[in-house]
Amino acid sequence: MTSYRFVVSVMPKEGILDPQGRAVETSLPHLGVDTVHGVRVGRRVELSVDAPTEAEGRAVVERLAEELFSNPLIETWTVG
Amino acid sequence: MKVGVVVFPGSNCDRDALHVARLAGAEAVPLWHEDPDVAGADLVILPGGFAYGDYLRAGVLARFSPVMRAVSAHAAAGGLVMGICNGFQVIAEAGLVPGALLCNASLRFEHGWVRLSVERRDTPFTAAIPEGRTLRMPIAHGEGCYYLPGPALDSLEAERGVLFRYASPEGNPNGSARDIAGVISPDGRVCGLMPHPERAAEAILGSDDGMLVFRSIVESVGASTVGAGR
Repeated sequence: MTSYRFVVSVMPKEGILDPQGRAVETSLPHLGVDTVHGVRVGRRVELSVDAPTEAEGRAVVERLAEELFSNPLIETWTVG
Repeated sequence: MKVGVVVFPGSNCDRDALHVARLAGAEAVPLWHEDPDVAGADLVILPGGFAYGDYLRAGVLARFSPVMRAVSAHAAAGGLVMGICNGFQVIAEAGLVPGALLCNASLRFEHGWVRLSVERRDTPFTAAIPEGRTLRMPIAHGEGCYYLPGPALDSLEAERGVLFRYASPEGNPNGSARDIAGVISPDGRVCGLMPHPERAAEAILGSDDGMLVFRSIVESVGASTVGAGR
């Protein structure tokens, strides 16, 4: 068994209200910034998996990304 | 009739639900989130609160607790389930009802009184509500904006999956699709809603409209029990 480190990124789907992104964008004028738009805020999960191979470890992480870290109805995920 | 109210770490409306279920004439018992079964309950209530702190996403960690396996089995066998507020978020994450609850469109925690139109009266949750009657109940939530992609929303409407909608004068407090406040599963046995019937079940609290929901359930279960000859 080897320990493999993964990073899961979860983002709100296009077209889904992203309240955090909107709140950040609303605050930008307070910083004197008026050139930034399209802000989207997601979630990053870092984790280590004990597995015989990198592929098997990745399969476990992909299952968690699909079932736990994201809601496929409203979010997309990538494993890096 | 027996009601089981699930207590997750972070639930905070469980005692209200137990109290009102008893007022409605049911036997009511708490169910711990680590329990392996639902103790023979006819109806399982998933109460409001912040189950497992609502970390990651509201309702998702609670979805994987041991008692939820029993609740899913109970629902699959035709048992009644009602998810209120955070409980609605839990059963939506668990796939017991369609949809997801997004952060309120206002970006704020919304609380106050709302008015609900009752879209169906042929369900165990609404059978005792008089025709034409709207219900006044409180809400208190940060993530209550009901969402389904457009085509799925049309299917939900076609299958009569909408049970409650926000109505005037207060209107829609959270930006939910088509003013949806509560939904019901295709088999009519699992209901989820954001407003709190258990907080509006005694006139001294400003409304007892929520008692109509509890009375509907008690009467429906009583009728089916008599019908089954038990």
